Amino acid sequence: MSLSVSIAHSLGAFRLDVAFQAPPGVTALFGPSGAGKTTVVNAVAGLLTPDAGRIEVDGTILLDRRAGIDLPPHRRRAGYVFQDARLFPHLSVRQNLLYGRWFGRGDGPGLAEIVDLLGLGALLSRRPAALSGGEAQRVALGRALLSRPRLLLMDEPMAALDRARRSEILPWFERLRDVTRIPILYVSHSAEEVARLATTVVHLDRGRVAAQNLPLDKAPGVTLRATLRDYRANVAHLDTPAGPISISAHAPPLALRLRIDAATVLVALSPPEGLLGTTVIPAVIEDVRNDLLHLRAGQALLLARRPPGPLPATGTAVHAVLTAPPRILPE
Amino acid sequence: MPPDWLSPEEWQAVALSLKVSGWAVLCSLPLGVLTAHALARWRFPGRQALNMLVHLPLILPPVVTGYLLLLAFGRQGAIGQWLEPLGVVFAFRWTGAALAAAVMAFPLMVRAIRLSIEAVDPRLEQAAATLGASRPWVFLTVTLPLILPGVLAGSVLAFAKAMGEFGATITFVSNIPGQTQTLPSAIYTRLQVPGAEAQAGRLVLVAIGVSMAALLLSEWLARAAARRVGA
Repeated sequence: MSLSVSIAHSLGAFRLDVAFQAPPGVTALFGPSGAGKTTVVNAVAGLLTPDAGRIEVDGTILLDRRAGIDLPPHRRRAGYVFQDARLFPHLSVRQNLLYGRWFGRGDGPGLAEIVDLLGLGALLSRRPAALSGGEAQRVALGRALLSRPRLLLMDEPMAALDRARRSEILPWFERLRDVTRIPILYVSHSAEEVARLATTVVHLDRGRVAAQNLPLDKAPGVTLRATLRDYRANVAHLDTPAGPISISAHAPPLALRLRIDAATVLVALSPPEGLLGTTVIPAVIEDVRNDLLHLRAGQALLLARRPPGPLPATGTAVHAVLTAPPRILPE
Repeated sequence: MPPDWLSPEEWQAVALSLKVSGWAVLCSLPLGVLTAHALARWRFPGRQALNMLVHLPLILPPVVTGYLLLLAFGRQGAIGQWLEPLGVVFAFRWTGAALAAAVMAFPLMVRAIRLSIEAVDPRLEQAAATLGASRPWVFLTVTLPLILPGVLAGSVLAFAKAMGEFGATITFVSNIPGQTQTLPSAIYTRLQVPGAEAQAGRLVLVAIGVSMAALLLSEWLARAAARRVGA
């Protein structure tokens, strides 16, 4: 089972032109907002008809503009988990889950299996209005799975959730990835999600495939070992070779790895003041290589993008400001 | 209140009005939902023209609408002459009164339903489509349940309007006691006769009572429906 997509589409000045293969497992469509990720997913779902192209799943042609084939959404069997859960407000959780089954297609998991897989037992008789964001998203996922899809589409399914809810729901997605055999197309701009979930990564940038299957860690940066010193009110205080770092986390393990991308490190000559919730690490400029600043911080090395303009001499004491929280890498 | 506080003739007018309005709403409701859906969601040439046509009875003098109905649905009318051999006659029958009431109430019904359709999130309908529902199924299982409060409100509004319809009805089907004399026509007739003010007054009370009951019913239905969809 695999999905092959090759489409071109114009939306005003924006031009999308992508081609990629998604094998079984999670294929992450990864890239900045405006890269065309949602457009691709909507084209696969049939919610948007691209100007040209071909989409095929497992031998079934969903779209072939040249041959005049354009299956309507309800005949594509593409389970779609939207950013907002889009549960039907007039139906109970159980009725929502069974909605796709009214149109009985193919065979697949039953209600009991899905309820078990996603831990929905206690929610069945509730109304969508009485669910938390994470619960609603789990129901939406179950609903899509029960419609017996050929493939699953997920458009930033965790974007509307706060950090705690996200780390609560991530394990369910991982479980799903490990038990299902259909291709899953997963749109995200969160490197953390992609690192944890994706088996294939398609980088999109301004409507084009910038790279496929490039492991995320190829992006310049460093990985630090960290140990948990203290955890209070969803904030983990970590000891690292570069010094103490605090990040918000949900039930962090005692030992973990942190990824600090060069793109998230800002260099200041004097200690910055008044930055809330930002980690500042004292460091020394050690080297400049390949447009990267090498910074010595404690016993660790940090990388930062080389700022334009003249640079202070090596050996200058600086302050490394982390503009984004370090990512927790899977062990 | 004694049961004979209205004369048999007056009871007849009240009963006829209820029958005419009830059938007018019941028969025009499917067309009203369809028209509202078309105006709210479909894109087709002539959409503006359809919108104008639907609203015409609201802006035309009722006498003009009644006269146009007479031209179209009279025994010699453009449509009426084809319907008569089929046994469908509107002219000077209670069915004609129902047709006139339905036409006059149609814009109000369509407006209320259209507003509720426009309030339904089209993204829910998209979600239903990705789950395998074809367009008619999406409408039946998602759109219709969600617009139920609007459909009920539109129906009650149309019923109230039909109960009060006078101009188009009297022009189209005249004012025949027991045949086409609805509540407003009956009040009008009694106001033309010296000394019948008391009778007219009783009918006015009935009209007020029915309208208030319709309003209360619509409020209650809307609240019950809103509870049902969990809104």
